[in-house]
Amino acid sequence: MRRWLPFLGFVLLLSVFYLGLWHNPREVPSPLIGKPAVAFDLPLLGQPGQRFSPSQAAPGPWLLNIWASWCGECRREHGYLLELAAQGIALYGLNWKDDGRKAAEHLARAGNPYRQVAEDATGRAGIDWGVTGVPETFLIDAQGIIRAKHSGPLNPKVWERKFQPLLSGAGS
Amino acid sequence: MKGLWALLCCLLAATALAGEAQVNASDPQLEARLMGLATDLRCVVCQNETLAESHAPLAQDLRNEVRGLLRQGKSDAEVIAYLTDRYGDYVLYRPPFKPLTYLLWLGPLGFLLLAVWAWYRMVRRQRRTMPDNGP
Repeated sequence: MRRWLPFLGFVLLLSVFYLGLWHNPREVPSPLIGKPAVAFDLPLLGQPGQRFSPSQAAPGPWLLNIWASWCGECRREHGYLLELAAQGIALYGLNWKDDGRKAAEHLARAGNPYRQVAEDATGRAGIDWGVTGVPETFLIDAQGIIRAKHSGPLNPKVWERKFQPLLSGAGS
Repeated sequence: MKGLWALLCCLLAATALAGEAQVNASDPQLEARLMGLATDLRCVVCQNETLAESHAPLAQDLRNEVRGLLRQGKSDAEVIAYLTDRYGDYVLYRPPFKPLTYLLWLGPLGFLLLAVWAWYRMVRRQRRTMPDNGP
């Protein structure tokens, strides 16, 4: 029996490594979960003179989607974002380190799932939200508390696993 | 031919010096503090690099952010708190020693002790089952 111990150890280690292959290295736990949505005051995309801050989001839970026109992964989730918006989910966009003109063009071409889009040209607001890349999506509940963060494109699986369970308890 | 190889090696070595991201020369003491802090912070994009050496745009932004904080007179601890508030402990290049990371820090030593114990047991068993071992 003792003889098999090293082999069992090897199998155990191999299993740990195998499971690790499915981990997303960009998925870093955010210290903002459970904290109020971080304030910012940014211009609205394509609407000079108008501004947006998280306190202006519609009442009820809402999503903050960080995106950019130069981001390939963002295109992968764009169709799904349009679906979510059509279902009535409140989506607000944060256009991160982008060219406002290109961003507006992209939305005009691909469709606009956002209630409003704030322009974070310098990425300063992104730093406050702990953004490490695009796309990222935050779920903020009806009380204005950040409840979840997803790094990477949104898809039905992520939605069901991560965001849906929270929505049923977030006063939707 | 040897001389050419030597030259090639020197040039190659010189590029290693260019590894540190561009240094702002206006306040050398501040920059030294910045680099000191940045070598202990992780670039959250290129996650195996320190904030000091990464050329990622976000790393550049974060270095500027830290530079701004240092100019405001913030202490090293305040800068670190600023970053961990936003990015979590992961932004520290050296993981803090707390219950969550005990396994990370003590694991290797634990495995070593386990291996030594197993080896000791194995040797003792061999001695017992081979009585004619030795003169």
